[in-house]
Amino acid sequence: MGMQSQDIIRRSATNGLTPAPQARDHQQEVAKLIDVSICTGCKGCQVACSEWNDLRDDVGHNVGVYDNPADLTAESWTVIRFDEVEDESGTLEWLLRKEGCMHCEEPGCLKACPSPGAIVQFANGIVDFQSDQCIGCGYCIAGCPFDVPRINKKDNKAYKCTLCADRVSVGQEPACVKTCPTGAISFGSKAEMKDLAATRIEELKSRGHDGAGLYDPQGVGGTHVMYVLTHADKPEMYHRLPKDPHISPFVRGWKEWLKPVGALGFIATLAGAFAHYVGVGPNTVDIPDPEAEPEKLPEEKETVAASDTAQDDHPAGRE
Amino acid sequence: MDTKNLILRTKFMDRMCHWTMVACFFLVAMSGLSWFFPSLSWMNGVLGTPQLARMLHPFLGTVVFVLLICMFFRFVHHNMPVRTDVTWFRNIVDVLMNKHTKPLKIGKYNAGQKILFWCIMMLISALFATGVVAWRPYFAGYFPIPAIRLALLAHSLAGLGLILLVIGHIYMGIWVRGSVTGMLTGYVSRAWAKQHHDRWYDEEVAPSKDTPAKHHS
Repeated sequence: MGMQSQDIIRRSATNGLTPAPQARDHQQEVAKLIDVSICTGCKGCQVACSEWNDLRDDVGHNVGVYDNPADLTAESWTVIRFDEVEDESGTLEWLLRKEGCMHCEEPGCLKACPSPGAIVQFANGIVDFQSDQCIGCGYCIAGCPFDVPRINKKDNKAYKCTLCADRVSVGQEPACVKTCPTGAISFGSKAEMKDLAATRIEELKSRGHDGAGLYDPQGVGGTHVMYVLTHADKPEMYHRLPKDPHISPFVRGWKEWLKPVGALGFIATLAGAFAHYVGVGPNTVDIPDPEAEPEKLPEEKETVAASDTAQDDHPAGRE
Repeated sequence: MDTKNLILRTKFMDRMCHWTMVACFFLVAMSGLSWFFPSLSWMNGVLGTPQLARMLHPFLGTVVFVLLICMFFRFVHHNMPVRTDVTWFRNIVDVLMNKHTKPLKIGKYNAGQKILFWCIMMLISALFATGVVAWRPYFAGYFPIPAIRLALLAHSLAGLGLILLVIGHIYMGIWVRGSVTGMLTGYVSRAWAKQHHDRWYDEEVAPSKDTPAKHHS
């Protein structure tokens, strides 16, 4: 957001030699902690998100499950996922997870984005889309390890949860946190949230949830949206939450390996051509016109046109 | 222009195909490079705004691909490998050092040009295929995200290879005097043809006083 334009620690498609303004980075990293064991699936967070962010997604269709809308969209930045799971003993568990942007410490979307400044990471850890700079290429979708960004059909620009960067910048918690009636969503500094999670996990373990744990995946450097999961050992149970998310090696190869190799390729090709031209000079025609009669051959061997005009009685080769 | 002592090497339709492709390719390559090397993001200014460039790039790329298909059918028979291509490869150092001492039995296109032809065919086809997979908002949604990631990597790799080859192609045109004029007007001199494409000259062009003028395509 414009308000925080002086504390950007990462800016998409920006050379490290010319970084974004980042003087105002003496601030704490923030995090949102979502405790799935407390969530009741009321979707109040979805409503609060739409309300605060002025989003009014189209009313969709019931697809036979509680997930509504059926998926994240460019105008639905968070969705509660409902998964029915049976354990070994046949006991049914209804697992709920509030899905949305995880605000990675190493954001794949930002790495993939080719438009300067269309994706930024603020000093507090929030990853935000500057949609006026977005070109609609969808590379962020390919870069994201969590399948979060969506392109809006109305304006062909990508959108996702902003972690209410506008609210956070004036000391407020995100709208979903503010509205959650059960207290399943907390917000604060990342360190505070980790402490809170530890307390909560201990509680869950004491109640027999041996698999309880914190989801703060290190493959993306940790996230600024974390989960307390009752089955932290099997995060896939929560609507395919990846166990070890990381930026795809294809995206890394493209951005980290091919880019410098390509630059070297350009330098080598241009330098090679330059050296060759300076070294051997232009490749000019140094034989006489094959049709010219020998005695008529003028001294200026290279002036083909001149020797051509010396004889014009051969019709061949003319159109 | 007075063409009575010149040889028509490239016909009007082939030249139109080639130069239309050049114009479209320039715009597509510039915008593509602007996203591959974001420090060169000014390059997509050739298509207006960054948003407009992103929108037009795949359409212009499709035009390049369609022109490529036309050029394939018009040029492929000159670009099939033949035995004498080996002679050219054996003498590549002399070729590059501007030493025109022995005849190399070069047909309408030399072995290097043939390799360029096939590389361009393959690379633009690959660029089209991978470009469709990544094309938003129309097609990308039909492909799984891992496929799009692979397509983007392959698209960059092919685009890079193609642009480097085209730089080489442009350089050859500048280095071999008469080539650019030949491609612009279609005409080259007899000496040019004899020197650079001796077998083509001998077999297709060489004047025979008994036969009337014929098409040298």
